[in-house]
Amino acid sequence: MTNLLEVPIDITFRITSVHEKARKKLLQYGLHIGDTVRVVRIAPMGGPLLVEINSRELALGRDIAEKITVEAA
Amino acid sequence: MKIALVGLPNCGKSTLFNQVAGYKAETGNFSGTTVSYIESRVRVAGEVVEVVDLPGAYSLESGSPAELQTAGYLSSHDVDVIVNVADSTQLSSALSLTFELLQFQKPVVLALNMIDEAARIGLSVDGEGLAAEFGVPVLPLVASKGRGVKPLFLKALEMGRKKQVTFTGFQKQDADSRHARALEVSARYVTRGERRLIWRDRLDNVLLHPLWGYVIMLAVLFFFFQAVYGIGRFTEPPLLAFFDKITRGALSPFTAGSFLSEIFLGILQGITAGIAIVLPYLLPFLFGLGILEDIGYLPRVAFLMDAFMHRIGLHGKAIVPFILGYGCNVPAVMSTRTLEEPRDRYIAAALAVLVPCAARLAVVFGLVAFYLGPVAAFALFLFNLVIIALTGKILSQLTPEDTPGLIMEMPSYRVPTIRNVLSKSWFRVREFVVEAWPVLIAGSAVLAVLNYINAAFIFNWLVRPLTWLIGLPSEVGVPLIFGILRKELSLVMLSQALGTADFSVALTTGQMMVYATFVMFYLPCLATLSVLRRELGTRDMVTISALTVVVALLTSLIVRGVVFLIL
Repeated sequence: MTNLLEVPIDITFRITSVHEKARKKLLQYGLHIGDTVRVVRIAPMGGPLLVEINSRELALGRDIAEKITVEAA
Repeated sequence: MKIALVGLPNCGKSTLFNQVAGYKAETGNFSGTTVSYIESRVRVAGEVVEVVDLPGAYSLESGSPAELQTAGYLSSHDVDVIVNVADSTQLSSALSLTFELLQFQKPVVLALNMIDEAARIGLSVDGEGLAAEFGVPVLPLVASKGRGVKPLFLKALEMGRKKQVTFTGFQKQDADSRHARALEVSARYVTRGERRLIWRDRLDNVLLHPLWGYVIMLAVLFFFFQAVYGIGRFTEPPLLAFFDKITRGALSPFTAGSFLSEIFLGILQGITAGIAIVLPYLLPFLFGLGILEDIGYLPRVAFLMDAFMHRIGLHGKAIVPFILGYGCNVPAVMSTRTLEEPRDRYIAAALAVLVPCAARLAVVFGLVAFYLGPVAAFALFLFNLVIIALTGKILSQLTPEDTPGLIMEMPSYRVPTIRNVLSKSWFRVREFVVEAWPVLIAGSAVLAVLNYINAAFIFNWLVRPLTWLIGLPSEVGVPLIFGILRKELSLVMLSQALGTADFSVALTTGQMMVYATFVMFYLPCLATLSVLRRELGTRDMVTISALTVVVALLTSLIVRGVVFLIL
């Protein structure tokens, strides 16, 4: 199990599960299990990740990124 | 006939709404600008129709406040036609909502907004294919430039008249299968050309760079504030002189010093103060902010500042109220609306009112910088930042976070249109004029009455325990209390109370520092209080007010102690 925080940038992954605590919130932003996701950049000093998902870009805090499990797409 | 505009956040519903209704909805290149619905009557092809702009939603089921409102509106009100506004550059996300809208069994028109932007990044959308797939009319739209607006509403009108609902066998599905279908449909009808977003990526490489991103952000904000204060300093004196002349002219029929003359003078001063704040400072501030916002720079600032904001218990989105606060606390408190969690709204508002607005900065400049030098003023300014961070830390410890953190749409860069920026600034200035200005004028009149009946000693006596504690002469009681009504008059009132315009005669160095510190932190002005009450409710307004007094007292004591040690 790899979470989004641990994957290298600029490689596409597929979301396999989302921790229950963040699931509803992410759904509100149109992020679903099975979507492909690519980390575009990471802000320094514990800042958020910028990810591309369904041709949109979303900024995700690290605590949220940690709750998203991904596998190689 | 009622037409409802529905779509994802930041897809341009409000921009479309403003195109037909005149400027009534606030827009911005920032998700969640619209938080409740706005209705307007509009004439389309000789028929008066009602158009309603609903808050953006990714889905109607997941239960965020904006989504509940949108879903509730669609099922309870007599909506005749749904205009589904979709961002053409992100159709795969948008179409999921389209499937949901079809379940309402109402005529739907799908508007492919920002179709020009889609073409620019190499996407081509097969509108006819989509129309056949969904069984609804599909029209191209560039809402920001007003292109395609008329055909869209004519089509919506036509659909509403026919009351034609297409049943294409869309069953109620769960979110995941709906989403999968949306992906599949968009893959079929959207063809992608060359690798997209190249210049956006390049720009982001610089603007979000771990080092240069911050350097540029500081430069942009520095230039922004310099420009605003530059314009303000340039325009304020002639404006004040002009209104001074008018005031003197208007007062000439009254006997000087009579009750009527004093109260009239108070009212005129309130009006003048409003103009002297709005025109020189607030207008350029809001105009510049509108440009930054429409370009899409604010979410970048939020991205860069998220790590810092986390340390004080908030996340990046809460940076906007802070930036706004340096101009005027009123729009700062209003902008906390864009935060989703009530806890975040409360903390952001409480911290935003500790940010010294233009009027309070004037006290710091006029008292500390003028008499004690720029270094002292700068130290006070830094002290303010530290205290805000500390207060945030404490508040967030007291109200533990159960929100998972930052999730924020990062919009594409867009070229701002003058029309949009101007109407947006006007829209916000109007909020100030309607909300804050009357309070300012009334406060000024009350102040004049109290002055007339010579009630000063009562107030000095009332707050004597407080002024004694922080080592200030009892005469500052009146300027402190009435500073709540008119912060920008704090210095004028101080000189009236002390009976001299040379503060170095009446106050020691330490007392000047303490006074400036106290003014910087204690109770925001009446106008801000009224907005706090409207945005957060009476209880939160009272607790935030109490908090500011406590913070002001403690910081004044600290400054008093430090000055005592140094000198």
